This record gives sequence, C-alpha cells and structure tokens, in this order.
Amino acid sequence: MIEAVGLTKRYGAKTAVYNLSFQVRPGVVTGFLGPNGSGKSTTMRMILGLDRPTSGHVTIGGHPFRQLPNAPRQVGALLDAKAVHGGRSARSHLLSLAQLAGIPAQRVDEVLGVVGLQDVAKRRSKGFSLGMGQRLGIAAALLGDPQVLLFDEPVNGLDPEGILWVRNLMKKLAAEGRTVFVSSHLMSEMALTADHLIVIGRGQLLADMSVTDFISANSADFARVRTPQTEPAQREKLTTTLTEAGGQVMSEPDGALRVTGLPLPRISDLAHDAGVRLWELSPHQASLEEAYMRLTQGAVDYRSTDDRLAHLQAPLQPGQPGYGMPPQQPTAPEVSQQGWYAPPPPGQNPYAGTPQAPAQSPYAGAPQPPAQSPYATPQPSDTTKDAR
Amino acid sequence: MAAVSAVLQSEWTKIRTVSSTVWTLASALIVTVGVGAALSAVFNSTFDDLSTAEKLTFDPTLVSFFGMTLGQLAMVVFGVLVVGTEYSSGMIRTSLAAVPQRATFLFSKIAVAGGLALLVGVVTSFLSFFLGQALLGEHRASIGDENVLRAVFGGGLYMGLIAIFSMGVAAMLRSSMLSLGILMPFFFLVSQILAAVPKAKEVAKYFPDQAGSKIMQVVPDALNTEKAPYGPWGGLGIMLLWVAAALIGGYLVLKKRDA
Repeated sequence: MIEAVGLTKRYGAKTAVYNLSFQVRPGVVTGFLGPNGSGKSTTMRMILGLDRPTSGHVTIGGHPFRQLPNAPRQVGALLDAKAVHGGRSARSHLLSLAQLAGIPAQRVDEVLGVVGLQDVAKRRSKGFSLGMGQRLGIAAALLGDPQVLLFDEPVNGLDPEGILWVRNLMKKLAAEGRTVFVSSHLMSEMALTADHLIVIGRGQLLADMSVTDFISANSADFARVRTPQTEPAQREKLTTTLTEAGGQVMSEPDGALRVTGLPLPRISDLAHDAGVRLWELSPHQASLEEAYMRLTQGAVDYRSTDDRLAHLQAPLQPGQPGYGMPPQQPTAPEVSQQGWYAPPPPGQNPYAGTPQAPAQSPYAGAPQPPAQSPYATPQPSDTTKDAR
Repeated sequence: MAAVSAVLQSEWTKIRTVSSTVWTLASALIVTVGVGAALSAVFNSTFDDLSTAEKLTFDPTLVSFFGMTLGQLAMVVFGVLVVGTEYSSGMIRTSLAAVPQRATFLFSKIAVAGGLALLVGVVTSFLSFFLGQALLGEHRASIGDENVLRAVFGGGLYMGLIAIFSMGVAAMLRSSMLSLGILMPFFFLVSQILAAVPKAKEVAKYFPDQAGSKIMQVVPDALNTEKAPYGPWGGLGIMLLWVAAALIGGYLVLKKRDA
C-alpha cells in the first residue's frame, strides 16, 4: 500500500506536483497516467525517498521510504532503464544490488532467467538495447521479491513479445497480492494491464478510479445511426423524433447521425415507430485513450483546444496577416462549390487568388476588406464542425 | 536499514566489476614507479651538477617519489570516477533507492574505494622507494635510516588521501567531467605554478597536495626547497583537514539535494 497525502513538490517557482493525495492498493495493477511533465516521475521519486517533498508526505506500508527496514526487500522499482553503469555486466550490476539487501547470488541468476537475459548476463550493459535495459531494470525491481513494485514506463522499447510479457507479469504480481504501480504513456497498454487508474495533470490529481469508471466518466459513448442516403426526409424525421425523445443528435460529415443520451434499443424502437428504416445502428464506445485525451486536454490543458484549431487552420495561415487565401489551397474550392457563395463574375476564376481579385471581387464590400478571397473565412469553422 | 557490511560488500562488487578501477590504479602505480625510477637514475648521473645547497639537502627518498606528481593524477581519476559514475550513469537513484540512508551509502563507498586507494598507494610507495634507491647508486637511502619508513608510508597515505579528496569533490559536484576539469588542472598546473610564484606560494603551501607531500621528505627543506611553517605530520594534518572538508561537503550535498 502506497499512500500519498497532500504531496507537493516545488522546484523554485515551478510547482511540479501540487497537493497530491492518493492510495495505491495491493492486489491490483494501478496505472499512473499523465501528460509529459505532469509530475509522474517526480511523484515516483518522492515515493522512493529520492526527492524530498516540499510539503505533504508519502508512505509505503505506513513508513516513509527512508525509514523502511531493508527497503530493497519491500519495494522494487524501475525508474530509468539506462540508470546502469555501462561498464558493468548485467550480472555484476544485479549482484551489487542483491548484496545490499542480503539477497543470495543464486537469486541474481534466477531473475536474469525470469527476464530472459541469462545469455547476456556477462556482457557489459553498455551494449544493451533499450528493451534489454528495461528487462535489466525489471530484474532489479524483482530481485528482493518485494511486496510493493513501482515501474516507470516499463514497456518503453520492448518488442511485442516483451510487452505481452510485462503485461502478464504485472497482472501476476498483482494477483499475488502485491502493490503494483505502473506509469505509462501507452493508453492501449494501460487499458489491458491496469485495473485502477490515477491520472494527474500539471501535478494535480485529475482522476482516481477504476479503468471502467474512468472510461465511462470521461467519454461520451454514442450510437451511430444511418438512414438510407437516398431519402433525406427520413433522416430529418428521425432527427426530430430522437430529439423529441430526449436524445442529442449531431450530424456526421458523411450523413450519419451521432446520437447520445438514448440507449440503442430505444433508438431502434423510436425509428420503428416513426417508420424510418435504418442502415446502421452501432454502439461506439470510447477507448481509454480517448477518455484520457478528453480528461487531460479538457480539464487541464485548455490550450490544447486552441492548438487543435490552430492546427486545422495552419494550411491557411502562411503569409497571410488578414483573411486572404494563398493561391494553391486544395480544400477551399470544394467548400465553396457547396453553394455558399454567389457565382463569381464571368471570366473570373475565384480560386486563383490572384492579386487583382479583391478589386474585382463582388465581395469587396464584405466585412473582410483585405480579403483576397472571401472563401477563406468560413472555411475553417466549417471544417472544424465536420471534424467534430 | 541496510546493514553497513552489506553496503560495503556491494560497493566492493561495484568497484571490482568495472574496468576503470584496474586501469586507473594500475596507471597510478606504473606512472609513479616508472617516473620515480627514471628521475632517480637522472639524479644519480647528474648529482655533480647540483648546487651545493641542493647537495647538502639532497633527499634520496623524496627523489624516488617524484613520480607522484604525475601518478597522483591517475589517483584523482580513480577517486572521481568511483563517485562520479553513479551520477553520470543515473545509478545513484537505484543505489539510493536501495540504501536510503545516504550517509551509510556515501561513507561505505568512500571506505571501500579509499581503502583500496590507500593500499595501492602504499604498495606504489614502497615499490617507488626500492626501485628509486636501487637506481640512485651511492646516493641512496636505506629503509632503516631515520624517518625513511615514515616517509615511505607517508607517500602511500598521500596517494590514498588524494583519491579520497577527489571522491569528496566529486560528491560535491555530482559530475565526473566537472570534477576532473577542476581537479586535474589544479593538481597538475595551478598548485605547482602558484607554489613557485612569490606571495602566492605563501597560500599554496596550504594546498592539500603541497602540504601533504611534506610527509615524503626525510631531509627538512629537501633539495633547498622553501621552508614550510609546518613539519611532515603537520603537513599531513593540513591535508587531512582538506579531505575532511571535501567529505563533509560531499555528504551535505548528497543529504540535501534530490537525487
């Protein structure tokens, strides 16, 4: 059991971790998620007594790490796969760690076998790949057969076989009643490995709940409904019916409807009652990754939303202080062909974006005076809507 | 609480399983003995060219230790690497996670590495002495002469203490490159140059290497060198103060800073 209470760490003016309180329980794999720089590694270092918290405290089994009797037998940790003297062989490295805790040398050979490094045990770790380094770090963590295990990004650099092995290892360790605390950036991996999640962003706790709760709490599950494309009236009718029944209906770019707030059978019943045929009615459940993105971007990093718009607008911006559009703009013509604008004057190619365009443009009096092309302005919002 | 004996054993494993230990200590021995022997042979053949004052204060024991000026640099490298590679490799975090008692960790490491350096230093010192005396011909000293044994043991202590001082500095600076960048020029150039500059040499006398090396002189003010305001043991005492300061500084940095 790892317990953090009001954990805060400041480096000068920068607050890396702020008022973090959580418990990591035995018997389950607890995932530790957060964007880069959110304070995951700092938290891990504080758990291990390497960094001193500015305020608050963290204990393992009720003791601060530094006061643990024979720490290596109680807590095993993989912090950094490359934190090994490159000139020392894998076996010597583990032996030096084993001796600290009074662990017999046979155990070293045992864990080397467990992580599959027995053939390179005598080789200097300088020549190890990242994956081999991870295995060596995991071996070091397992050495003392500890009840509490911390892994910082354990699957980094591992091959698929290695990832599967780590996943099963974590689950096995937790099933044996140990406390397993794993940080990772790989959401799909976490969804398969972890039972419980602790999510932090900008050093603060965002979520502390089971994986299933986390996904349903932080994602909008929706149903995708498709009506025959040949009959737009049916689509209109269904939209009205579903909205009246309390659902939220959004239109997807390809004509499908995205329905939230109504269970699938109810949608089917409503469609049947309204006499609308359905071509598709499919559940869409968000993945852990989507839920995570939603939580960390929406709740913490408000700037991310801005960044996303900026990204979508990016192709329009080069050399364009106003609303003008650079000449070769591949997406713009498609948009304007949808009849947003009156036809251009005869003989004028509205998409050429030539310098004389503003003067001859019929939209010169529009509220975007410097615009070289009037099609630029509505286009981003339109694209954004579609993308959503 | 990791037992001290366990930490000592672990540190010994760490030291003996990296090749830098062998090559730094071997070069310390070979360079010191080799250069000492060569200079002994040179002094023997050019003894008649020495000034009268130098002849009067000729110190064959000290001459056989002249190689330490170079050999001590290898000791500096050994001391710096023993501590510095923990930081450069990131191993320090693994080590401190296993030994949360930082004083136990640092002083066990220094005890093991320092003990090894002292042992190699004493062996080097005796080899230098006997080989040097053999090449000094009729000007030689004997190990049974007054104060010679003190000087020979002192030479070994000096080399070991230089290594321990370097370990303390590396623990303070937490970096091999930085420590080497400061210590190498200091011992090889700065200290030696300042010792020859008027006024500055009054200060330089109290530098760890200048003070500590007095223990190797059998004849006071050997070879007509500057008079020192302290004796051989006083000089070693000054050096010990430097070593203690470096170790305390290193410990305080390790204790206060995040790993």
